[in-house]
Amino acid sequence: MSDAAVIPQASTEEWSLPSRGVVGMACLILAEAAIFIIFVVAYIFYIGKSLSGPTPRDVLELPIFSSICLLSSSFTVHKAESALHKGARGATSLWLAATVLLGSIFLAATGAEWYHLIKYDHLTIRTNLFGTTFYSLVGLHATHVIIGLIMLSLALGFSLGGQMTSKHYPRLQVLSLYWHFVDAVWVVVFTVVYVLGR
Amino acid sequence: MATQTPVSAVVDQTTHTAPRRLWLEVLHEWVTTVDHKKIGLMYIAYALIFLVIAGFEAILMRIQLALPNNHFVSPQVFNRLFTMHGTTMVFFVGMPILFGFGNYLIPLMIGARDMAFPRLNAFSFWISAFGGTLLYFSYLGGDGLYGAGSAPDVGWWAYAPLTAHAFSPGHSTDYWTLSVLLSGVGTIGTALNIVATTISMRCPGMKLNRMPLLVWIYLVTSMLVFVAVSPLTAAQIMLMLDRYLGSHFFDTQAGGSAVLWMHFFWIFGHPEVYVLVLPAFAFANEIIPVFSRKAIFGYPAMVAATVGIGFISLSVWAHHMFTVGLGPGANTFFVLATMVIGVPTGIKIFNWLATMWGGKIHFTASMMFAIAFLFQFLIAGLTGIILSAAPLDWQLGNSYFVVAHFHFVLVGAILFMLFSAFYYWYPKMTGRMLSERLGKWHFWIFLIGFHLTFDLMHIPGILGMPRRIYTYEADRGWTLLNMLVSTGAFIQTVGTLIFVFNMVWSYFRGAIAGADPWDAWTLEWSTASPPPAYNFATIPSVASRRPLWDLKHPEDPDSNYE
Amino acid sequence: MLFDPVWRDLAIQIIGGQSIVGLDQSPTSMLTPAGTPAQSVLGLSMLVLGITTGIFLVVGGLLFFVLVRFRHRPSDVNAAQEPPQIYGSNQIELSWTVIPVLIVVMLFLATARVVYSTEHAPKPEAALDVTVIGHQFWWEYRYPKLGIVTANELHVPVSDPKHPTPTYLTMSSADTDHSYWVPKLAGKMDLIPNKVNTMWIDPGTAGIYLGQCAQYCGTQHAKMLIRVYADTPEQFAAWVAHQKQPAEQDAAAAEGRAVFERNACISCHSIAGTVATGHFGPDLTHLASRDTFASGSVPMTESNLRTFVDNPAHYKPGVLMPPMHLNDHDLDAVTAYLVTLK
Repeated sequence: MSDAAVIPQASTEEWSLPSRGVVGMACLILAEAAIFIIFVVAYIFYIGKSLSGPTPRDVLELPIFSSICLLSSSFTVHKAESALHKGARGATSLWLAATVLLGSIFLAATGAEWYHLIKYDHLTIRTNLFGTTFYSLVGLHATHVIIGLIMLSLALGFSLGGQMTSKHYPRLQVLSLYWHFVDAVWVVVFTVVYVLGR
Repeated sequence: MATQTPVSAVVDQTTHTAPRRLWLEVLHEWVTTVDHKKIGLMYIAYALIFLVIAGFEAILMRIQLALPNNHFVSPQVFNRLFTMHGTTMVFFVGMPILFGFGNYLIPLMIGARDMAFPRLNAFSFWISAFGGTLLYFSYLGGDGLYGAGSAPDVGWWAYAPLTAHAFSPGHSTDYWTLSVLLSGVGTIGTALNIVATTISMRCPGMKLNRMPLLVWIYLVTSMLVFVAVSPLTAAQIMLMLDRYLGSHFFDTQAGGSAVLWMHFFWIFGHPEVYVLVLPAFAFANEIIPVFSRKAIFGYPAMVAATVGIGFISLSVWAHHMFTVGLGPGANTFFVLATMVIGVPTGIKIFNWLATMWGGKIHFTASMMFAIAFLFQFLIAGLTGIILSAAPLDWQLGNSYFVVAHFHFVLVGAILFMLFSAFYYWYPKMTGRMLSERLGKWHFWIFLIGFHLTFDLMHIPGILGMPRRIYTYEADRGWTLLNMLVSTGAFIQTVGTLIFVFNMVWSYFRGAIAGADPWDAWTLEWSTASPPPAYNFATIPSVASRRPLWDLKHPEDPDSNYE
Repeated sequence: MLFDPVWRDLAIQIIGGQSIVGLDQSPTSMLTPAGTPAQSVLGLSMLVLGITTGIFLVVGGLLFFVLVRFRHRPSDVNAAQEPPQIYGSNQIELSWTVIPVLIVVMLFLATARVVYSTEHAPKPEAALDVTVIGHQFWWEYRYPKLGIVTANELHVPVSDPKHPTPTYLTMSSADTDHSYWVPKLAGKMDLIPNKVNTMWIDPGTAGIYLGQCAQYCGTQHAKMLIRVYADTPEQFAAWVAHQKQPAEQDAAAAEGRAVFERNACISCHSIAGTVATGHFGPDLTHLASRDTFASGSVPMTESNLRTFVDNPAHYKPGVLMPPMHLNDHDLDAVTAYLVTLK
């Protein structure tokens, strides 16, 4: 038994560790990816198994324009990141605004697609297995887009207001990792729903 | 190179001279804390409360089952009891208590001042706490307590289509779904914190292969949480969509699949039991060496075995579905994967034995619980191998043999190792030693009760008794066995009460522990008991896996051998 | 040699404990199989039990040895010194990796063999086909090639190993998941809605085999009992011939039949040859020919039937049949009618 506490101090070499923000976001992405994979598996499992109602081929059209917008927004957020790293505040705001705009176009296009599907094609989440798996998967993705847009808008606000400087670069880096993830998920969803599933 | 000049840590005197505070101030401090030690203690206390509640639910069930065609509780109440018992024990006892210990110990063991994200830590705790409260509110919802209100009665796996609105009207299933969903969010948050802390906050010199094995295991456990808990979250979202928006994920009338829920649930459920047992291994890795006075045997193999268990555990889930009709090809695959996971698990047992071999074993209460863990985990693993042979599972699956097997793991291995961890780390957390005398009474009484209940429980399974039945026929030959099993439950209760008393009494009257009562070797023992809010006066730096061994044995430091 | 009945009997005695009265006589013990699938499982379990017992004795023995041999003795000369620190040994660790892998391979191959021999057993020409449909909380049995529909008591022919006549059960569910478990005959197989599973049984000796539902299916899961009657060829032929008949028309019970037909009974139950064609509840055409009702949980007597019809929840709280709210006179009449349905 020893009473006095004694803290070891051993000499060591250079010591640097990965950033906790990046590690944390990587973990979150892993967990979210697992959730998406389950919804994708359900989608694939139920392809062709609906007992009735509209099929993907009947009602789905390739969302090319909105996909290009969303995927370009990965490029713009990357530019925003580099701009902030260099301390170019105006450029940062511009590229962030472009990201928010492109993401919003994607969201609006999804909304328009759903409006059409519900009103004219009579496809809802309860119509059949296709409706169930389509709305839940695309909707889960859209929810993540919304959360990302909120965060990006906050970042845009801080950038315009002058509070975000180059020393906040690691935080924008973490946010843009999230945004890249959202875009990557869209690539998977697009392939499974609009290409393979139709 | 071994340590240079040791630095005294005891510079903070506030704990001894602080003025008395109002209890409201103390409460406020605990409710708003982001300190990993306080959050860890809250997780542990919260889990212990639920342990008592869920244990009470078990006692009620055992009274009902002590005799055939008993009328102690109605079938409706019994079905709610086993659902609540299972759900509570897994999500509101097991997870919180294990992550509570992790929260407390990990920053101390890696020489950090706190977790990577302290506010996320607090958030994760409070959302889990809310989940547990929501689950128990279900007893009050609906018809109120008598008749057990709206408590869920679908079993803790909530198989479809029993959970569909058609078969489970009202809100009982929703209480299950939402409370477990919230607990899942909390678990993912804590796991994220553990990974970020472990990777990004280690003190200088603590390379990954110098981390205590406990930290390694929590790292692997947390990675497992990300890929295991998320499928359950997804499945529960699907269940809610089915019940409230009329979707058809598990609606067999619309062409949906009941088997899909099973796959999703068990893809979570099997890794979940490894999430529960790996921390027990973590405790064993720290405690057994100290009370054998030897370093852990085969540190690299222990790390590799842990990582191997983590990966393989993701591929065995359908051994819970051998009777579902997946076909011989699928069944055979899962037989193989399940048997294979026995190999790294066995390696761990051998390494613990080899650690004790050639050592000087001290039979403290903590070590006695650890030894019982070894013995009981061996048996649990072997009954698991028995069940992994699918044809045997066709007879024994969904019977009391399975109930006995998993209680051997959950109680015999995990709870015993938790008791061991309590006796070992309580001095660090409170500054006082638990009574060794009471500890030994606790040990022997609980051991007898445990074996009376769970050894015998295997037999009704072999004799055809399925699980989740509120009563049984007198002509089956199960009566005497059930009566004995129920008796053991009461004996375990006595043991547990002794433990609770020990913890309360020792807090006020236990011997003062000092920083390092066990003459141990990891960093948490280098600071005061309890540690000050900032953990260490100066951030440590290390050159081996057992920095305090190096300090105490400068002539023969571990760094020479690693 | 490993599959010799001597080991099985020994295991039964050790596990069952002959000293505990009646234990070895459990009607649902997997240790006393009466059919081929259950026999194969028991054979495999002897091998698995042997291996796991061996591992237990070796590792458990080592544990106890270590505890005794290496305990700290304060009286020891070197008590205060730390023992030699051993960090690992590649040879030892390799050997205790390789040996378990070999054990796993062996166990796996033995298991795979039984899995395939049971699930892919070739179906003989003379096999009987029965469709089993699980309901909350009763069993529906249909014999498609014989045109028979019945409930809760399954009659099958005894199977002679020289000329096998197994019964193939094709199973599904009308509502939630169930599981069919008769331990002496075979392992269990689940009944799942929107999915069809198959299993087979071949009882070698005439008699009654007991079991029950083994997948939690709702409130009365515990009382969803199974009774399999293995009949001699003559008994089976007689049973089939009788079951094919429409319901008995006993003039003395005409009033009860009228009560049955004008109440909601007919919306759930069928009685062949009458207007009752409901499918939600069990077929009652030959109800009184069965030994039990309420899926095996209540003995078939007139007074039990009367109590059940009056208040089904008396025997099975949570059962889906509602109380019929008949007055005493109607209750007596309908019960008198039901007991004529032999």
